[in-house]
Amino acid sequence: MSDIPFSPAAPLPMPVSGGRLWLGLLSWVSAVDHKQIAILYLLTTTFFFIIGGLEALLMRLQLAWPGLPFLDPGMYNQIFTMHGTTMVFLVVVPALLGFATYMVPLMIGASDMAFPRLNALSFWLLLFGGLLLYFSFIAGGAPAAGWFSYAPLSEKPYSSQTGLDYWALGLLGVGVGTVAAGLNLIVTIFALRTPGQSIRKVPLFVWMVLVNSFLIIAALPALNASLVMLLIDRQLNAHFFTQLGGGSPVLWQHYFWSFGHPEVYIMVLPAFGIISEVIPVFSRKPIFGYGFVAASTVAIALLSLGVWAHHMFALGLGHAWDLAFGASSMLIAVPTGVKIFNWIATMWGGTIRFTTSMLFAMGFLITFTIGGLSGVTFAVVPIDWQVTDTYYVVAHMHYVLFGGTLFAMFAGVYYWFPKMTGRLLSEPIGILHFGLTFIGFNLTFFIQHFLGLAGMPRRVYTYPDFPWWAAMNLTSTIGAFVLGLSVLVFLANWAVSLRNGQVAGENPWGGWTLEWATTSPPPVHNFDRVPPVRSRRPLWDLAHPENPDWRHGQ
Amino acid sequence: MQMEKSKMIMAWFLASEAAFFGFLILAYIYYRNAISSGPTAKSSLDPSVTAIYTVLLIASSGTVWIAQNKLKANRRSDFRGWLLVTVALGAIFLVGQGLEYARLLRHDVTISRNLFGSSFFTLTGFHGLHVLIGLAMLTTMLGMAWFSSIGSKEWIAFESIALYWHFVDVVWIVIFSIIYLGALL
Repeated sequence: MSDIPFSPAAPLPMPVSGGRLWLGLLSWVSAVDHKQIAILYLLTTTFFFIIGGLEALLMRLQLAWPGLPFLDPGMYNQIFTMHGTTMVFLVVVPALLGFATYMVPLMIGASDMAFPRLNALSFWLLLFGGLLLYFSFIAGGAPAAGWFSYAPLSEKPYSSQTGLDYWALGLLGVGVGTVAAGLNLIVTIFALRTPGQSIRKVPLFVWMVLVNSFLIIAALPALNASLVMLLIDRQLNAHFFTQLGGGSPVLWQHYFWSFGHPEVYIMVLPAFGIISEVIPVFSRKPIFGYGFVAASTVAIALLSLGVWAHHMFALGLGHAWDLAFGASSMLIAVPTGVKIFNWIATMWGGTIRFTTSMLFAMGFLITFTIGGLSGVTFAVVPIDWQVTDTYYVVAHMHYVLFGGTLFAMFAGVYYWFPKMTGRLLSEPIGILHFGLTFIGFNLTFFIQHFLGLAGMPRRVYTYPDFPWWAAMNLTSTIGAFVLGLSVLVFLANWAVSLRNGQVAGENPWGGWTLEWATTSPPPVHNFDRVPPVRSRRPLWDLAHPENPDWRHGQ
Repeated sequence: MQMEKSKMIMAWFLASEAAFFGFLILAYIYYRNAISSGPTAKSSLDPSVTAIYTVLLIASSGTVWIAQNKLKANRRSDFRGWLLVTVALGAIFLVGQGLEYARLLRHDVTISRNLFGSSFFTLTGFHGLHVLIGLAMLTTMLGMAWFSSIGSKEWIAFESIALYWHFVDVVWIVIFSIIYLGALL
């Protein structure tokens, strides 16, 4: 071992306060260390996840039975708007950024992000953007125009309260922070890789984060421009999206969705990355078709920029446009399908260890595939016309976002919690958590496909007592509360395991990527010495000098 | 290494900014033909006056490039001189924009008057804001060059600022072509 050349760790970009995990409040407020900032990201998104989840439970309570007087229509509109906005902008995207902020520097053998202070700025913009959004509740009412705030409903004459101004301002803050995080990650991945680690040797999670970051800097400006125009409309009486002054509500739809559809992939690509790390490690095999997984990510990202109008089929864009966007939307299923088959092929013939992390990854494969299939049905324009704005849409988007991204993030939490804290999460509680999540999730959302096909519209505070509608809605509500319970179990697992969890050591799962080559949690400078990288699995090479990967050209 | 990082992030940031301006420019073009009444670019703008300010802004891209070369050649007083010229040119451009805005407002062409006002002031306003930020960065460099020594770190920063300044310049050429030259058609 001693003759293997270790490269010296890169010098720290700047002094950081202390190395232990908990150094009092000041070290967190002033943190520039990527690991501390990542933990702030993850704690903040957990906080907003709980709030967004409670909002979902309020909605499901209201819908448990037809004609309940629990939430009035106005309040219901506020709650579903805040639920969607919270989950998209304050939970899914920033939680994935949190994982990236923690893991990318470790996986490439760097001591920190390229710009540590910019990294901190990104986080604080997220937190204060989120707080600004929630301040609307006490400033006269939350926004109530849905998470995509269609004009002209979002304009002054129809939404005269300040809720939408807080919505636009808050998201502008979050959006700027997200762009900064994307830029920071791009430069980190391009400039700070350890010697020997070419871009074709980085872990797939890093690949996905890189592609994702490019998608962020390409797509977020569309959101920021739309938000600015909406704010100018509302505050300075401009006419961008009001018909009265000749403006175009349709332009809002085009602009919002030319951000909004890439956003869908911004919310899932890093999750694909987590799955691509977890499945090989717990199958005891290298990933099947590294090149295909990486290249299909690029294909998805490029295609995602050209499909936005499939959110607008109901608008009546015209036959030619509908066909073109229908076709481009179907195309995305191809590179996504490539990935699913690669993951299955990785498991095929492997020695699978059914840890909680792996269970969530396998759950992901099932539920995400269901969500992907219902997604393809939307690309068929007549089906889209039939089910648009019904619970079928709600079911689809939760299958890809909850059944997809959130399952992957749970897999990631169980996988990397020991690296972040030094202790393993409890497996028995974890398996209970997985079981409750899987059952609760499918109970809540599978039946919503049928409700949607039966014509139940989304975003309405109640529904008529048609045959079976009450029973199906009650089932969904019961499922939602099972999900709520599963989150409590998850949080309990944190609490128990942080104190009494099994001590993890450097590499509890037998992973082969660089983040496992340092202590858990890593020291402030991450590595005393970075192992040499000559293949995609540097730790495998270290452990098997007689049969290293690089001999096989990987 | 450090140089590559800050130039790299500036380049990608500017790519992202280009997309942002692209959406505002698209909105201007989209609305240009939708204006049914009130002022238009043709009826309210004076392209010949703005052309002079445009030339000055393009010139400032040249002077910042000269300043960069002087710094590279370690000729500090020349560097300060050309940097001062750059700042002056940028400031004159902003004054020109201010005078134009004042004239438009006197003729009751405002952001809330009609779609031309909304899209014109939003687009040129955001560009002006970018010029202002660029001026702030250049002036900071000037102050540092005057009152303290410029080391390698500041030199790297100046490379990025110059890149930003060229970008602001290019965006203005596009805006000028579409709004002002477009008004002549």
